[in-house]
Amino acid sequence: MLLKIEKRAEYSKSMVYLTPVIALVLTVLTSIVLFESLGVNPIEALYQFFIAPLDTEYEFSELFVKATPLILCAIGLSVGFRANVWNIGAEGQLTMGAIAGSSLFIYFPETDSIFLLPAMIIMGALGGAAWAAIPAFFKTRFNANEILTSLMLVYVALLLLSLLIHGPWRDPAGFNFPESQTFSDSADMPILIPGTRMHFGTLLALLAVFGAWIMMARTLIGFQVKVIGEAPRAGGYAGFSQKKIIWFTLLFAGALSGIAGLSEVSGPIDQVVPSISPGYGFTAIIVAFLGRLHPVGIFFAGLLMALTYLGGETAQINLGLPVAVTGVFQGMVLFFLLACDVLVHYRFRLNIARKATS
Amino acid sequence: MSGFDWMVPVILTVITAATPLVFAGIGELVTEKSGVLNLGVEGMMLVGAVSGFIAALVTGNYFLAVCAAAFAGAVMAFLFGVLTLSLMANQVATGLALTLFGVGLSALMGQEFVGEPVTALSKLNIAGLSDLPFIGPILFAQDALVYLSFAMVAIVSWFLYKTKAGLVLRAVGDSHDAAHSIGYPVIAIRYLAVMFGGAMSGIGGAYLSLAYTPMWAENMTAGRGWIALALIVFATWKPGLVLVGAYMFGGITILQLHAQAAGLNVPSQVLSMLPYLATILVLVLISKDESRIRKHAPACIGKIFHPAA
Repeated sequence: MLLKIEKRAEYSKSMVYLTPVIALVLTVLTSIVLFESLGVNPIEALYQFFIAPLDTEYEFSELFVKATPLILCAIGLSVGFRANVWNIGAEGQLTMGAIAGSSLFIYFPETDSIFLLPAMIIMGALGGAAWAAIPAFFKTRFNANEILTSLMLVYVALLLLSLLIHGPWRDPAGFNFPESQTFSDSADMPILIPGTRMHFGTLLALLAVFGAWIMMARTLIGFQVKVIGEAPRAGGYAGFSQKKIIWFTLLFAGALSGIAGLSEVSGPIDQVVPSISPGYGFTAIIVAFLGRLHPVGIFFAGLLMALTYLGGETAQINLGLPVAVTGVFQGMVLFFLLACDVLVHYRFRLNIARKATS
Repeated sequence: MSGFDWMVPVILTVITAATPLVFAGIGELVTEKSGVLNLGVEGMMLVGAVSGFIAALVTGNYFLAVCAAAFAGAVMAFLFGVLTLSLMANQVATGLALTLFGVGLSALMGQEFVGEPVTALSKLNIAGLSDLPFIGPILFAQDALVYLSFAMVAIVSWFLYKTKAGLVLRAVGDSHDAAHSIGYPVIAIRYLAVMFGGAMSGIGGAYLSLAYTPMWAENMTAGRGWIALALIVFATWKPGLVLVGAYMFGGITILQLHAQAAGLNVPSQVLSMLPYLATILVLVLISKDESRIRKHAPACIGKIFHPAA
């Protein structure tokens, strides 16, 4: 072969930061072809996707509304991915968090206590964590692959939500629509900026970013996660328990995803509906990787993926582009990113040059 | 015999529910036997389903439609191969990316075709035999893909355990360094195995959109790609057991339809959970015996191969 892939002695730090940028550029270039084939002026489409959604202050705030659940889920997932714990069921954990959290309001709708919302957030975290505890238990006790169990539980959670909302949780005054009654003020996430939908959940997401950053950089558990992920045997010799890390990462991701779900129903949606999330839990996987599994990176990657949701809507309204373009776009980003990652650990070298020197 | 006649429609529906799983499972089995874990089955099935559906709608030729589905699945698998085999990307992450990409791509390709009907894949009528009571409609009046699915299991079984090429493929999956050192082209073999898996997943997807429910709907695989992955663990990487597992899951999927028809007072959502809960249960029961999994799983599964210069 003319082109040879050679392992670098040490991974390239600059490439770690460069590859997401290269991946984005490649995605944009590919989507120009895609737009062209859909019969849409690519420049116009790119404008609608990435610039138009940020035109007004309100739309800018929407970016944070959409990024909030993405960041919360992705922060949780990233810690697991660092430890090679492949929880891909954030969508289910998000759903269970929403169910557990909103159950407080559904069963005590008259409550106007200021403790209602905090209790709902805690219940949301517990609900998500409980759902994530199932794959953790099966993995540590029975060695069952967490990828498959966590994903299967997504379908179960969505069906459970459907069961509740078509049955006992349906609003009696709701003309038989599968919706709960709308949340009272004391069950609503406080709005941060009047006139927008930006809510308290965004602060929780920021808190998660800083918390995870400190945890991974400064605490023993963060260190254990990294060691178990990069050198499981070294972790074993150091006496770190792999099972403990599996439990910790899954419960952590479950709790954050649960909070994400609760902050959706208590925030922008304001009631329980059959479809809480347009796949935030799955897009969060892309966010986690695009953010290089680092909390700060995830913050920016979350904003970018949120932009593709908004851009998809804008492009649909103004250009008649199908919403599915968003999904293709998100998938492409991850594809190109994984492809470019070869540059982090390997370098390309022309074989001719080597022959000349030898 | 006539006392069992009520079973005929039940068995027929079990067969249609199981066939996509047989295809996806047997394809992924070959991929995994070569030492590659492709978690993109769901995405490849979806792209196969939509490609087969569009081809059937446009050409009206079901042979072409199935070929289109197989081709589309193989192209998706090729992408996976480029990333994991040539560019040495993490197989788990790339498989997830393939599924996410496949979900989006199939939705985009199929958005103009949602709700359009095609005539279901026709059943073959083997002259004389299909009129036999009970076994006639079950054994001799299926569509061509059902027979193909059984044939594929037999072929794969024969290939893996009775041919030299199959032995080489298993060797590559069990020790890529050893296989490489004797001069076998590890990467090329894995490319072929991965693309075979993609083609089979594509046909499995097309069975859904052409025979199981002859129409296209977004995300119509509903997790079957993941169930197929679980099937392989259940089958401890043995082709015959993949077939058994697929029919077991087909049975569970169908159970919900018949339970509702029988007037069982259980919410439909609870019944719909059954295949997913069964998958988890089966995984737990099989994986419990760690040494058994380790004995049967290809030793190099999921590991990146980089030939040291």
